[in-house]
Amino acid sequence: MDLLVCLKRVPIAGGTFLLTPDNRDVETKHLGFGISPHEENAVEAGVQLVEQMGGSLTLLTLGPTDAEEQLRSQLAIGASRAILLETDGQDWDPQGTAAALVDAIKADPTKFELILFGAESADSAGYQIHIRIAHALGWPIITNVKAMTIKDGVVHCERVVGSERELYEAPLPAIVTVRDGLNIPRYPSVPGRIQSRKKPVDMKKAEPRLPKLEKLQLTLAPSKAKSAEILGEGEAAVPALIEVLKKIGILA
Amino acid sequence: MSTVPTKAKAVIIGAGIVGNSIAYHLARLGWRDLVQIDKGPLPNPGGSTGHASNFIFPTDHSKEMTAITADSMRQYKERGTFTECGGIEVARTPERMQELERRMSSSHAWGVADTAILTPAEVKKLVPYIDETVILGGFYTPSVGVVDSLRCGTLMREEAVAMGALQTFANIEVIGMDVENGRITRVRTDHGDIEADYVVIATGCWGPKLAAMAGAYIPLTPAVHQMKDIGPVPFFSDTKGDIEWPIVRDMDTNMYERQHGTGLEVGSYAHRPILYSPQDIPSNAAAALSPTEFPFTQEDFDLQDEHSLELMPSIIGDENVREKYAINGILSLTPDGMPIVGETPEVKGLWTASAVWVKEGPGTGKSLAEWMVLGESEIDMHASDIARFHEHQKMTYHIKARCDEGFNKTYGIVHPNEQWSSNRNVRLSPFYAHEKELGAVFFETAGWERPFWYESNKHLVEKFGDKVMPRTAEWESRWWSPIINAEHLQMRETAAVVDLSAFTIFDVTGPSALSVVQRVALRQMDVAIGRVVYTPVLGIHGGFKSDLTIMRLASDHFRVVTGGAHGMADKKWFKDQLPADGSAQIVDLTSNFTTIGVWGPKAREILSAITSQDMSKDAFKFSSCKIIEVGPLSVLASRISYVGELGWELYIPIDQGAKLWELIWEAGKAHGLIPAGIGLYGTTGRLEKSYRAYGAELETEYNVVEAGMQSPKLKEQDFIGRAAHEKHRSEVPVTTLVSLFVDDHTSSTGEKRYMLGKEPIVMVDKSPIIDFHGRRSYVTSAGSAPSLGKHILMTYLPTPLAVIGNKFLVEYLGEFYPVSVAGVGATPLFDPTNERILA
Repeated sequence: MDLLVCLKRVPIAGGTFLLTPDNRDVETKHLGFGISPHEENAVEAGVQLVEQMGGSLTLLTLGPTDAEEQLRSQLAIGASRAILLETDGQDWDPQGTAAALVDAIKADPTKFELILFGAESADSAGYQIHIRIAHALGWPIITNVKAMTIKDGVVHCERVVGSERELYEAPLPAIVTVRDGLNIPRYPSVPGRIQSRKKPVDMKKAEPRLPKLEKLQLTLAPSKAKSAEILGEGEAAVPALIEVLKKIGILA
Repeated sequence: MSTVPTKAKAVIIGAGIVGNSIAYHLARLGWRDLVQIDKGPLPNPGGSTGHASNFIFPTDHSKEMTAITADSMRQYKERGTFTECGGIEVARTPERMQELERRMSSSHAWGVADTAILTPAEVKKLVPYIDETVILGGFYTPSVGVVDSLRCGTLMREEAVAMGALQTFANIEVIGMDVENGRITRVRTDHGDIEADYVVIATGCWGPKLAAMAGAYIPLTPAVHQMKDIGPVPFFSDTKGDIEWPIVRDMDTNMYERQHGTGLEVGSYAHRPILYSPQDIPSNAAAALSPTEFPFTQEDFDLQDEHSLELMPSIIGDENVREKYAINGILSLTPDGMPIVGETPEVKGLWTASAVWVKEGPGTGKSLAEWMVLGESEIDMHASDIARFHEHQKMTYHIKARCDEGFNKTYGIVHPNEQWSSNRNVRLSPFYAHEKELGAVFFETAGWERPFWYESNKHLVEKFGDKVMPRTAEWESRWWSPIINAEHLQMRETAAVVDLSAFTIFDVTGPSALSVVQRVALRQMDVAIGRVVYTPVLGIHGGFKSDLTIMRLASDHFRVVTGGAHGMADKKWFKDQLPADGSAQIVDLTSNFTTIGVWGPKAREILSAITSQDMSKDAFKFSSCKIIEVGPLSVLASRISYVGELGWELYIPIDQGAKLWELIWEAGKAHGLIPAGIGLYGTTGRLEKSYRAYGAELETEYNVVEAGMQSPKLKEQDFIGRAAHEKHRSEVPVTTLVSLFVDDHTSSTGEKRYMLGKEPIVMVDKSPIIDFHGRRSYVTSAGSAPSLGKHILMTYLPTPLAVIGNKFLVEYLGEFYPVSVAGVGATPLFDPTNERILA
């Protein structure tokens, strides 16, 4: 089975977000980059499916040239090849991004049967790209999935809504977006890193599209005041500690 | 915590291992009212201590560094924060095997216990997961260990608090420092101001930023050291503690591998140097991890992945052993690789211990505290002294250039005479162009380009044949030429002109000038105007702080001439003695004067040809100086010698230097004058005359009597170190400086080998020689004595052993060579009655 996972290079934030002086971007000079956590679940799911069923796992991203770093990291855990649609470094709007990805998917010689996404990107969290692509391809889509199996050309998915579980199934080809809890993503091994450097990454310029949305300014969300309460020191703190443990249900 | 105390005796900025150690030792030595602040939280404020690999290999080629490291290990052990695991430096190349033999010899010279050279199979026995086929051998140190630097620092801080000496405040940021009349008075923080007599900067990579607030310099740069933790490793599944297996340093790839619990940490100094500015280090809030843990950059580690896979394929090659954690950790680098310790020369009362790594932390803290409280540390810290930097060496350009070049030397094979290639040609003498034409090979000292020898003298090598003591082994031939010895022999026949522009020169003037120099110098300085006095300068415990020359030019005017390398520290030492009332001043004239030396049997004839001054023996006595006319020039001529020949040092304003050189050069043609380099001046000429050099024979750890330099009569006036010196004079010295001849240079392969210095001297049965104070015998200086046809080694020997003819061995690159005592004390081996100098 041939799978595709779509990724996005995002900054890994520290304790506090800083904005650039013009308030249009996140200040990233002290930050490293990675992919969104849910996308790590998506890649892990893809690697496992290929391990079980054979086939291939392709990675696709749209982003700056540096996004190759994120692709190589995921190639290191087991993906087969990657496609990087290079931008000039600017964040594209969802319409433009989705259209570029659709073109790449259609143009690719591999006919993908399943496309996986993280439920949302860690930076802009627009929840849009996958829906737009499903719509453009005319494929079914199941979002926010926490468990998934594939049998006889059908993908079976499970979502958690409140205390309920919802079960869905869709015929392949399909798109599925996944969340944490689906699996435990593996980290790269050194041999994986070394192999990843030999795996093909197809770099091509993404054709610029007229943006329909313009980013004017970012505003930081008001930080939630965190507070710590000191219960006491030494033995004197024990009764208060027991109260807390009872309150959160650890002690009866 | 809203406010800080308004007053303190000392404010210590930084709560890493260094700041904590300083706080503890200041308290132990009796200081109270200490305030320690850090901009981060405790116990891990986010500096380099928090992410250090925390392992310690005790051997360094530097004696000072080895001593500080040993002292640090002792302190970690005292607090139960040291786990011994052993460590092996492995070699993949023959060059590295030779270097490991050299490290072996350094471990013997400095007394690191039980080190051994291992075969690949022996390495494999200790580290079963190594592929022994990729290595040629290893240098094993059983005492290598891993420390808990955060825990040790916390304990030290708590001990200082328990003594009632210290208050520590976290999350306090320094926003300014006040300096009045050249002295630190106040630290301003975001939580209030603290008035203080002393301020200590112990903030690692943030040091330059803080020093700049006071107008001082801490010349370091933050740099990246990459590490990657992988695991869990099935082989380590049963390990109990943090560390059980020996740490492996893969020297040729600039990497190390250490077991860490069930994981393996792979660290590297092999990647490109990644340097930052202190301004680039984020705040605790803005940092993704800690401020000194930058995001890992995998592409810089790609090659290291492959290298580690070669060495430990069974672990690294296991697909199920995965990356757990990887960072670009920030540490501090300095342009010469040594830490930065002491009082800043710019601001009195502002001290620092910066660019100190975890392995040196507690020891450096102790030494700095001793220095602050007692005036001198037990371990001689001159190589780390912050006062060592010349102005150009404090510039960002220099720091970046040298750290960029030096980073990959962290595990490199660094020849003792190795020259830097970056940021050269900064200070040029007026004769530079002429020297270049003559094929001068330039070495650098304090930014100055100094000819070490001249290719134009190559024909002299043929002339003197085997007397130049040719060397065939590559290691000893590196940064050396037989031309040095040929120049030496020619000078002894005719004369040589030597560029001495790298001298540091400063004047002490004013009504109190005499009392200042009198207080600094061991020798009598109340001498006739026109006298030149060579004098040791003592520390408070009677050891050597320096040795230098002072000319008395007027009753209230003295000119101090000292070596370039140590000149800035000397200048600070003199400055520290200036009276507060302004009745004496110091003016640095290094860039105003250049110096030319002319020495040899023909020196008098050459100079007499160009001066009207009577240069005869009685008219111009040894140890005197006077202004002479040379053609159109007014020249200060000083009749002294460091090479054992008749001659003069000639001081001339730099703009007229080229003219003086030209006049000497022309006059010398008829007398066989040659240009000669510092190879002759600093080594061969000096060693034949048994002259001591600061930093080699002369250190605070040795005293005047041990060095054989006591005068028959002691001056009446007081001077620094007097009480200790008087005591030394009344005792039989524990150790005595001697010169050795190497009796046989032939190695096991039949090649003649020549020692370069720092090698251990041992008894004929190969047991170490240790004096009553625990000091080991090692080669303080080594070099050719072409006029004697011998290779000379200087060393201190326990006094009962210091007898002419006594036989010992020197360990050199894994072999032992016989040596014998040729001279004891200061009597020169060549021309012992100084007939040539006094001619």
